[in-house]
Amino acid sequence: MFSIIEKRKLNDSMTLMVVDAPYIAKKAKAGQFIILRVNEYGERIPLTIADYDREKGTVTIIYQIVGKTTILLDQLKVGDAILDFIGPLGKASELEGYHKAAVVGGGAGCAIAYPQAKALHQLGAKVDMIAGFRNKDIIILEDEMRAASDSLTVMTDDGSNGNQGFVTDALKKRIEEGADYDLVVAIGPLVMMRAVCNLTKEYGIKTIVSMNPIMIDGTGMCGGCRLTVGGKTKFACVDGPDFDGHEVDFDETIKRSRTYAEMEKKAAHDYKCHLMESVENA
Amino acid sequence: MPNMNPKKTPIPEQEPNVRNKNFEEVSLGYTEAMAKEEAERCLHCKNQPCVSGCPVGVHIPDFIRHISEGDMEGAYQTIKLTNSLPAVCGRVCPQENQCEHNCVRGIKGEPVGIGRLERFAADWHIKNGKDEEFHAEHNGHKVAVIGAGPAGLTCAGDLAAKGYSVTVFEALHAAGGVLMYGIPQFRLPKEIVQKEIDALKQKGVEIKTDMVIGKVFSVDELFDMGYEAVFVGTGAGLPSFMNIPGESLVGVYSANEFLTRVNLMKAYKPEYDTPMIEPKRVAVVGGGNVAMDAARTSLRLGAEQVHIVYRRAEEQMPARREEVHHAKEEGVEFNLLCNPVAIHGDKDGKVESIECIRMELGEADASGRRKPVPVEGSNFKIPVDCVVMAIGNSPNPLIRTTTEGLEANQRGCIIVNEETMRTSREGVYAAGDAVSGAATVILAMGGGKDAARSIDRYIQSKQ
Ligand SMILES: Cc1cc2nc3c(=O)[nH]c(=O)nc-3n(C[C@H](O)[C@H](O)[C@H](O)COP(=O)(O)OP(=O)(O)OC[C@H]3O[C@@H](n4cnc5c(N)ncnc54)[C@H](O)[C@@H]3O)c2cc1C
Ligand SMILES: Cc1cc2nc3c(=O)[nH]c(=O)nc-3n(C[C@H](O)[C@H](O)[C@H](O)COP(=O)(O)OP(=O)(O)OC[C@H]3O[C@@H](n4cnc5c(N)ncnc54)[C@H](O)[C@@H]3O)c2cc1C
Ligand code: SF4
Ligand code: SF4
Ligand code: FES
Ligand SMILES: [Mg+2]
Repeated sequence: MFSIIEKRKLNDSMTLMVVDAPYIAKKAKAGQFIILRVNEYGERIPLTIADYDREKGTVTIIYQIVGKTTILLDQLKVGDAILDFIGPLGKASELEGYHKAAVVGGGAGCAIAYPQAKALHQLGAKVDMIAGFRNKDIIILEDEMRAASDSLTVMTDDGSNGNQGFVTDALKKRIEEGADYDLVVAIGPLVMMRAVCNLTKEYGIKTIVSMNPIMIDGTGMCGGCRLTVGGKTKFACVDGPDFDGHEVDFDETIKRSRTYAEMEKKAAHDYKCHLMESVENA
Repeated sequence: MPNMNPKKTPIPEQEPNVRNKNFEEVSLGYTEAMAKEEAERCLHCKNQPCVSGCPVGVHIPDFIRHISEGDMEGAYQTIKLTNSLPAVCGRVCPQENQCEHNCVRGIKGEPVGIGRLERFAADWHIKNGKDEEFHAEHNGHKVAVIGAGPAGLTCAGDLAAKGYSVTVFEALHAAGGVLMYGIPQFRLPKEIVQKEIDALKQKGVEIKTDMVIGKVFSVDELFDMGYEAVFVGTGAGLPSFMNIPGESLVGVYSANEFLTRVNLMKAYKPEYDTPMIEPKRVAVVGGGNVAMDAARTSLRLGAEQVHIVYRRAEEQMPARREEVHHAKEEGVEFNLLCNPVAIHGDKDGKVESIECIRMELGEADASGRRKPVPVEGSNFKIPVDCVVMAIGNSPNPLIRTTTEGLEANQRGCIIVNEETMRTSREGVYAAGDAVSGAATVILAMGGGKDAARSIDRYIQSKQ
């Protein structure tokens, strides 16, 4: 059992949790993830290691509440425990040797992108961070992102923060202004990562994406997380999750990610109804 | 007088058309009377040919004698002397190639139902017997076991019985290996596997789940932590695909994923959260036990049509005869001498059909099996919404790529001395599917036993 040491709401749909997991904390590296199971009936879901503290033996996760398992997870309080917490899984990000990088985060992806910005920065690269959100009310981790980079640009789809547009608009502008990036890191929804890759391909800038296909074991046993990279089949949980974005077949991955969409929607709906009922009966 | 009936005493089973809609065990097992009747068929041959067919040397005529005398606990204890998982082996051993293959009664009729009797004795014990609390005196030495499949569990149990303090590190959240995530409930109830695991814990074996060795600790770090020897029983869990077009379509699964969702994650039970598609027409590619399990699981998930697609002929199928027979009874269709060449999908990327080519048997290859060759222009499509690839597994590279000096062959199998199970690294032993490639439960157990013996000798010789 893995105790929850700290829990902080970042916005209405995102939460940060610090979990007691000393063995994982000791080994974790930027870009790796854990797989957790909330309870005996739960499914196994992957979440990125957003931060870790080797001394305290803790691992930080930041999750967006999107469906049943993340709702269940969010019901746990400080002092409660998560049943299974497995990691560190996947390969660490390879961020050495770059001079100037743009780190692009979309929505919840910012939670995973900002540690990458931090790591690049520590390795001596100049880092521009570009973050995108639907509107200003859901902007998260602004201070952290600013601290981790040399410059931060926050875009909103609806312009409610006074900076309307997509992350690709901001990225394109910077490139056109002569930013001269030797690396772009894009983390966020699949369609956003695809858009960034289409843009950077035009300029020939190497782009790393963090892929998030559906996973179960996270050890290379099931092959459910497979995706096509450069025409070859790769297992994201062991060969990734980072890949060369120009090689990834996004269209295929997007289709595969919807495999259980109907069932997921129903599970979340039924569970929310169940929660409402228990509130009403209380 | 022995019972000279040439046929095995029939074993009660659920009706095919009932059982193919539920996940309850297919075979219901012998009653005491049936077990005695079958036990009477044993001739108690002096040279015991059956025993030499059993990879762990179960004292077969002895335990059968106990059954015919009505001493069921005695029968169980006799089996237990050499086999640590009788309830499992009685159910899944390929007896027809092992103990029963050598039985003299098989010359003129059917062999003695050794597996069925073994299962009976084990189930009798689970129901009526008592496990004595037995703790060997601790000898002050620590051994680490990686992987809680039959190889690792057997090795751990044997070492614990000798007084070692043993920790088993398992990557998944449950112990049992393929017994838990691969072999379905209707063939091997998970409650039975769990009982065997609980019994090991009672013997003092510590099992740490959620521990992916190679990630959380390396083998070298285990030595640093004070373990004096390490046993690698990590199995062959890496699924193969065919590398044909369409394998990434929605609805195409490796057998590992398909079976893990259903067995380990229990997706077939509404109270569990892991989702699973509800396929209507399924093609399972392959001809082994894994393929039969995936096909029969598909039926139980509600599929109306289930096809086995296998490139060789029926006689060449590696699956147990009994399982092929069960699959047929339950309504699985066999497309033999057929090989998939592509999987086709619709605009949403969902599987629509599998395209196959017919094969014919050509010359015998090095292994003596006649090699199937494609018949030009014989392509045809089977409409399906789900395809399961059950064409084999190989060892996961994680341990060998994170352990310096651990040698493996071209297929990724860890190389060991076949007698001692020692690897190229001092103090590191390995057995089971990680060494042999995908094989059987009983061979994995036999290897785990041999390794335990060598580990004991190794540690004692260091004193
Ligand atoms: C390597 C990796 C790292 C990730 N890191 C983070 C993170 O740091 N923060 C975060 O908020 N999310 C992260 N995700 C996504 C997260 O796993 C899903 O949001 C979560 O599984 C949703 O579960 P649910 O039951 O709440 O929602 P559901 O309604 O069941 O699913 C919503 C969507 O999430 C995806 N999903 C569902 N089940 C899985 C699964 N078993 N594995 C992967 N994706 C799934 C699917 O695209 C699905 O449509 C990561 C995914 C991967 C693969
Ligand atoms: C569907 C199916 C049906 C089968 N049917 C039969 C049958 O009827 N009869 C029969 O005799 N055999 C059958 N087999 C084969 C049999 O199950 C295997 O040969 C046997 O389980 C091998 O045992 P093992 O202990 O070597 O490995 P496994 O059972 O594979 O166990 C290995 C364990 O190690 C764990 N592990 C792997 N890597 C790590 C790591 N890095 N760190 C920690 N833990 C790790 C795995 O999670 C797993 O739990 C079947 C196999 C399958 C897949
Ligand atoms: S363990 Fe397997 S091979 Fe040995 S006697 Fe039992 S069923 Fe036969
Ligand atoms: S070979 Fe058959 S008949 Fe002879 S002892 Fe063994 S089980 Fe009995
Ligand atoms: S999640 Fe199973 S192989 Fe990657
Ligand atoms: Mg879910």
